[in-house]
Amino acid sequence: MASIEQTKPTEWSHTLSKAPTGIEGLDEITAGGLPAGRPTLIAGSAGCGKTMLALEFLVRGATQFGEPGVFMMFEENAAELTANVRSLGFDLADLVARKMIALDHVHIERREIEETGEYDLEGLFIRLGHAIDSIGAKRVVLDTVEALFAGLPNEAILRSELRRMFRWLKDRGITAIITGERGEGNTITRHGLEEYVADCVIVLDQRVREQISTRRLRVLKYRGTAHGMNEYPFMIGTHGFSVLPVTSLQLDHSVSDLRVSTGIPRLDEMLSGHGVFRGSSVLVSGIPGTGKSSIAAKFIETACQRGERAMFFAYEESKAQIVRNMRSIDIDLEPWIKKGLLEIHASRPTLLGHEQHLVMMHDLVRAFKPTVVAVDPISNLFMAHDDAEVKPTLMRLIDWLKKEQITAILTSLTSGGDATSEPEDAQVGVSSLMDTWLLLRNSEIAGERNRTIFVRKSRGMAHSNQVREFILSDTGIDLVDVYVGSDRVLTGSARMAQEAHERATATLRGEDHQRQLRRLASKRKAIEAQIDTLRAEVESDIAEFDFAVAEQTSQDTITHRDTSAIFQRRGGVTRTSGRAMEKP
Amino acid sequence: MSAAVSPSSREDSATDCAFQLRLYIAGHTMKSVAAFANLHRICETHLASQYTIDVIDLTKTPQLAAGDQILAIPTLVRRLPEPIKKIIGDLSNEERVLVGLDIKLAGPRPT
Repeated sequence: MASIEQTKPTEWSHTLSKAPTGIEGLDEITAGGLPAGRPTLIAGSAGCGKTMLALEFLVRGATQFGEPGVFMMFEENAAELTANVRSLGFDLADLVARKMIALDHVHIERREIEETGEYDLEGLFIRLGHAIDSIGAKRVVLDTVEALFAGLPNEAILRSELRRMFRWLKDRGITAIITGERGEGNTITRHGLEEYVADCVIVLDQRVREQISTRRLRVLKYRGTAHGMNEYPFMIGTHGFSVLPVTSLQLDHSVSDLRVSTGIPRLDEMLSGHGVFRGSSVLVSGIPGTGKSSIAAKFIETACQRGERAMFFAYEESKAQIVRNMRSIDIDLEPWIKKGLLEIHASRPTLLGHEQHLVMMHDLVRAFKPTVVAVDPISNLFMAHDDAEVKPTLMRLIDWLKKEQITAILTSLTSGGDATSEPEDAQVGVSSLMDTWLLLRNSEIAGERNRTIFVRKSRGMAHSNQVREFILSDTGIDLVDVYVGSDRVLTGSARMAQEAHERATATLRGEDHQRQLRRLASKRKAIEAQIDTLRAEVESDIAEFDFAVAEQTSQDTITHRDTSAIFQRRGGVTRTSGRAMEKP
Repeated sequence: MSAAVSPSSREDSATDCAFQLRLYIAGHTMKSVAAFANLHRICETHLASQYTIDVIDLTKTPQLAAGDQILAIPTLVRRLPEPIKKIIGDLSNEERVLVGLDIKLAGPRPT
């Protein structure tokens, strides 16, 4: 068996050597690729993508792994094939010119053939061998061998020759892909090709459910390898196949301690001051018109302002509409788009099945590498009413985003009734996957509805349990404390009215107080005036008294003086001795 | 290696044009030898007029297989007169060969 060059890292242990397909997701499911040197059968109904898958295997083998390949086609011709795969970004003409791919169209026209005796299919072998030798091919695709069954009359010869062919390919160490039409009943393919290809069988499926088609791939059989056994959704996009396996069911992704601001300061406060954890998932749910998209847009804008890349998946509004509408609340996304930091992808959810949406998101995120992703909304993206189907797909998305340490903000529309009912019951299945859940509600009071927000849960941090009023205005988003008074929560104009009332009351009280003060002041003045008057009276009384005393004293003095004078005139002795003396 | 076998090249107004036949073989196997022998006999019997047989051995010139879309070996290709007709097998069933080559019967009808 020829040795196959392996350019893939040896993280997959293989007891069987593998030929990597280069298709992301498929190599993971098959733990390394298709079995090297052996044939693989790809079965599927018409239009499932068998030819595309086989061709991509060949092209990537040639361009990425250095293994040229031969594509032997029994139905299309080379020109048709080249034109068809151009949309996948493969330039077959160029590859043929560079001798990396050889195309051989084998045309069988039943009308032309007349069978006249014994024959074998050595011609086919020779052609194949020649093509392989001409470019040194290690990979071969036969698409689709079943055309031989229609073209050649003798099935017995055909079957035995096919058996011989696969043995021949195996002997030469060629990794081959055989495509076949899906059969009804017991057989995998219509003509039972699986009896020749026992090593690996991949089945492609395309089903339509509720008008949406989903494509699925399944590794039905893979001898010698533990392979993913489930159905995996896939897409054929502009870069070829994308298969999305559920590989991250280990829940072993790393976590970050860093926090990311939501862009609304008061909301960050409610989330213990710093916002959400990087790499966490945030659910914003609420009934229509509560402002979910606005929060998501603000989050995105904030990320861009930090210089990070962000991606917005919109499933309700177009890109232009989002940009215009967000401008009305002072969120301008246009400059970030121009700078290449923001990509908005808007599409109708009914465009693809939800698994295909997942694959598309996966591809876009992988290419752009944002740190923040917003999906608005996820509720109509997953149109399946079956919660059992929605949850795994959503789980894959969130798991994968967490693994890449991408912070995700997802909005969800609930159909809850009024504020008193519990609309979030409808979200229970989804909310358990989210780390932070912001609930938006409307409260109707006094003839108007106002938005409120509260943090329903936020893992890993202390969060506020307060309901705040959520205001969108042309200056942006703001959170305001609600008025709580007399056991009622008031928002909006009722709150403003109450506040005005309070202010008026306070003013009134103030004035009243002033009035009292003034009254007391004047009273004090009056009393003081009284005191002054009394004091004045007292003083005048004292003055009178003093005068009276002085007068009396002077009277006495005068009287005494007069009496002494008179006595002296009378020749008397002064009374001082007390004896009357005769005057000689 | 191709060998050309052509009979007398006298013009015969009974047949329209010469039959140009190509026999593809893959080496000298029993089938290819039988085919060639059968072919030669049939041509001599029924195509007394002009015919050319080219024998192409694909083991020697594999690239020629694609041109005439050869799958089975041996294959006989009637290149002229048009349209192209292909007959696969060792040509042991003469009736089918004649039908396939659209040859008008010359002698008594073979069984």
